[in-house]
Amino acid sequence: MAFIPHTDEDIRSMLRAIGAPSVEALFDEIPANLRAKELEKIPPALNEMSIGRLMQARAAQDGRLLNFIGAGAYEHHIPAAVWSIITRGEIYSAYTPYQAEASQGTLQTIYEFQTMIASLTGMDVSNASMYDGASALAEACLMAVRAHRTSKSMRILMPANVHPIYRSCVAAITESQHIKLETIAVERDSGRVDRQALQAHAGSDVTALVIAQPNFFGVLDDVDALVDWAHTQNIMVIAIVNPTSLSILKPPGRWGTKGADIVVGEGQPLGVPLASGGPYFGFMTTRQEYVRQMPGRIVGRTVDLDGKSGFALTLQAREQHIRRGKATSNICTNQGLLMSAATIYLSILGPEGLARVAKHSLAKANALRQRLATIGIKPVFNATHFHECLYRLPVPASKLIASMAQSGIAAGFDVASVAPEWSNTLLVATTETKTDEDLNQYVQVLAQSLKSMGV
Amino acid sequence: MSTVIDGLHYTQSHEWVRLESDGTVTVGISDHAQHALGDLVFVEVPAVGRALTAGEACAVVESVKAASDVYSPLAGTVTASNEGLANASEAVNQDPYGNGWLWRMSVADPSAVSALLSADQYRAELAKLGE
Repeated sequence: MAFIPHTDEDIRSMLRAIGAPSVEALFDEIPANLRAKELEKIPPALNEMSIGRLMQARAAQDGRLLNFIGAGAYEHHIPAAVWSIITRGEIYSAYTPYQAEASQGTLQTIYEFQTMIASLTGMDVSNASMYDGASALAEACLMAVRAHRTSKSMRILMPANVHPIYRSCVAAITESQHIKLETIAVERDSGRVDRQALQAHAGSDVTALVIAQPNFFGVLDDVDALVDWAHTQNIMVIAIVNPTSLSILKPPGRWGTKGADIVVGEGQPLGVPLASGGPYFGFMTTRQEYVRQMPGRIVGRTVDLDGKSGFALTLQAREQHIRRGKATSNICTNQGLLMSAATIYLSILGPEGLARVAKHSLAKANALRQRLATIGIKPVFNATHFHECLYRLPVPASKLIASMAQSGIAAGFDVASVAPEWSNTLLVATTETKTDEDLNQYVQVLAQSLKSMGV
Repeated sequence: MSTVIDGLHYTQSHEWVRLESDGTVTVGISDHAQHALGDLVFVEVPAVGRALTAGEACAVVESVKAASDVYSPLAGTVTASNEGLANASEAVNQDPYGNGWLWRMSVADPSAVSALLSADQYRAELAKLGE
């Protein structure tokens, strides 16, 4: 079947049938000033060979920088087997087929994914994945509002150490539903949630508290105390976590006395390569008692009439194709391909392998911190970090980043570009992909760049 | 032909209402409704103390095929919920007018009860639906 819906001849014959002189004439009801203009800056079409050369030349401009940027997406080694399996024709699709149960392999993959993510986060149930970490957080806020049995306020406490882009994404998605996001200040010396700012909300009707661990600055907080505080205040807890870190940190399901209520995060570190703008995928887990408020789909394991094990979509009655406007969300299959990649990545690494990735990343981050201290570059926060750290600079980060890029290094993320109050700071991520030589080169190039700026 | 019990009040959206001796009312879904939905797998009832307006969606009955809202027939406040349905949703299928009750409520305006459909009026409604 051709994917060209109609030829010039088709169009002429349709226009004849309805008695219209031209396609343009069909739009004459729309006032001229409301019509979109031609796209002026789009150049004429090129042939395949020319466009190939042009795009290669453009790609080469990016270069192959030694990357120290994290800020939510992390460069990890991905075993070659992951994407060679994923790109096989039988698997290479983002979608659950319409007759889902006919594709037992797809359902089994989702089931395995759910099992791994639920185990990693220490929670009862996982869905089949979300669009990305930021939208997963927004869905978690909507879910908390639905799930809280007594809170009517729709107020969500959002610490300022949650990723700034996540916060703006949550605001964009929840604003029109009258959910009120209240920013909680961060302690200037530790980067942790300001306990006094939090305590100011004690005794009032709050629906949920968001806790990021590690937070946007790579800092670890006393999550046990935060969760227990929230639960004594009848506030639900939404945790945002880095999945790699969970192989060595306490899972959110065991934070405090009762554990977090909803857990979300960005799944990219699990086998998805870095790319500007993705595609990445999000994950979400919760307790059994909230499963009917969880967006997305869940695959369950069952037995057929002959007693053989099989997989089936479950809890579908809450999804949009059945419940329409009252569905828990419009999300369904979403990032199935990347979810499959994560399942294969996790099955190849196993719990020990993932823990090695986390420990190596942490060790490299600690090593870099020690070496940077020798040239007088110190962390902004006096706190325990995972594999990312915010450093204080004597110059604006944008200048240092531009200078170090000249020497082939992507120095880190300029936090001031999304949160201006953090001027002269640089967020640096270090994973297992960096060698000792890479770290030495980073420190050396940074020192030279500052010197060339007269610092 | 589904069962309609004399002495109860009904709504167009297939809820039933029983006026209790203490002036509160008990609410459930009719035999016709449970039959149309099929085997229920989950029932969500409103929390005690919740204030309801007439026509407000306040409970959900979920079968393997669909999740449907149950609407409050009257304005008032929930005084009891059938929490036992969380683990025994089949009671709504087996005994919709008895153990399958959903919630009890105090009613703001008792005269509104008599404005609901009588058993005969509800039978006539079901007849229109081809029952």
